[in-house]
Amino acid sequence: MDKTVSSLTEAVAGIGDGASVMIGGFGGSGAPIELIHALIDRFVATGHPTGLTVINNNAGNGHVGLAALIETGMVKKLICSFPRSADPVVFTELYLAGKIELELVPQGTLAERIRAGGAGIPAFYTPTGFGTLLAEGKKIEDFDGRSYVQERWLKADFALVKADLGDSHGNLTYNKAARNFNPLMCTAAATTIVQVSEIVHPGAIDPEHIITPGIFVQAVVQVANPQQEEVLNRAKAVYPEVAQ
Amino acid sequence: MTHKLTNAQIAWRAAQDIQDGAYVNLGIGFPEMVAQYQPPGRQAIFHTENGILDFGESPAKGSEDWDLINAGKKAVTLNPGAAFFHHADSFAMVRGGHLDVAILGAYQVAQNGDLANWSTGPKGVPAVGGAMDLVHGAKRVAVITDHVTKDGKPKLLESCTLPLTGVGCVTRIYTSLAVIDIVEKCFMLKEKLPTLSLADLQAVTGARLFTNGPVADLIVPEL
Repeated sequence: MDKTVSSLTEAVAGIGDGASVMIGGFGGSGAPIELIHALIDRFVATGHPTGLTVINNNAGNGHVGLAALIETGMVKKLICSFPRSADPVVFTELYLAGKIELELVPQGTLAERIRAGGAGIPAFYTPTGFGTLLAEGKKIEDFDGRSYVQERWLKADFALVKADLGDSHGNLTYNKAARNFNPLMCTAAATTIVQVSEIVHPGAIDPEHIITPGIFVQAVVQVANPQQEEVLNRAKAVYPEVAQ
Repeated sequence: MTHKLTNAQIAWRAAQDIQDGAYVNLGIGFPEMVAQYQPPGRQAIFHTENGILDFGESPAKGSEDWDLINAGKKAVTLNPGAAFFHHADSFAMVRGGHLDVAILGAYQVAQNGDLANWSTGPKGVPAVGGAMDLVHGAKRVAVITDHVTKDGKPKLLESCTLPLTGVGCVTRIYTSLAVIDIVEKCFMLKEKLPTLSLADLQAVTGARLFTNGPVADLIVPEL
């Protein structure tokens, strides 16, 4: 078994127009910047993919990573909990101009919807959002004297994930709080594409330490010394570097 | 209004009610100040939604690790005994009743414990983050806030006029003037600034204040 692929270009080659794409990370922590930029490169070269639905906690920051992906116009809809950041201008302008759809989901509900999607649970009940605007139109049911909102699972065609170590089976570890949504998204996408800082031989990761078992992963590509969104933004980086 | 507590003093007062070893989530911004005022000898364990228990202070400038941030996207450090976990586990801690205290900011609080703290209306880009989850599950959901808005209007009301974050979820409010519990859908006054009469406090509160027994003086050090 070998799930490794040799290039970022190859890793994202199968993502087509209209695909739903989960992108891991919380802000810049755990964001697969290089995979996102590879997808932008393909769009710049070929005009595809377009019309993407992206699932992420946020809406990007500055002009790199997710913000850059949104800025290209490739994203038609964003499902997220918190579309604000230090520099949210890209999403904000498109949203206020009516050029991108937003589905706002409470953060814990977003996580649980993705978990449910990966676990084969079509819906669940949560106290979160009961009595608020975000529960409008959703089924309400009482359990043991308290009211709960029915929420549906969330699945995607692809997940773009950042991990630390990965092996050819797709077993993964993460770095610190860069774990966040990444392991959940691995389980909920039909095709999970992971960038890892280092590809190691099977057995090199202690089975006790594996956070995502390889069954949830379809492709692993090595990106040594991955870029951090926060560092890029402090340097006022823009992607792609040469506009138009 | 002649005298009121500073934000630091409100945070200090809220910190006095956090027990040693309590699991605590502090909202982004003002509530984060509470961590600075833990009484000597007490060490709460702070939870952040993005998957850390027992994070510590900010690192020195230049030594930030951007994979180690809190929910406000600020760089943090770890205390001995810290743990990482993914987002679904993080919110299991929240909704599952495992946190002892959540402390949040507020635009408005209603006498039945309704909280409005995520949206000031339909303008702009809506953003909710973890606020709607955090108000459910913690054993105590406390609010820290100025007693009134910037233009002097009451924030403690009979019912909220802004979009709700949660229904009947707040248990205690620490304001710049008073400490108030929510008891059976009423504002129950526990402490007030000694320089302030009950009538003065009632005048800047948008719903009736009740008392059960003597109201203690709200005494806070200069900070």
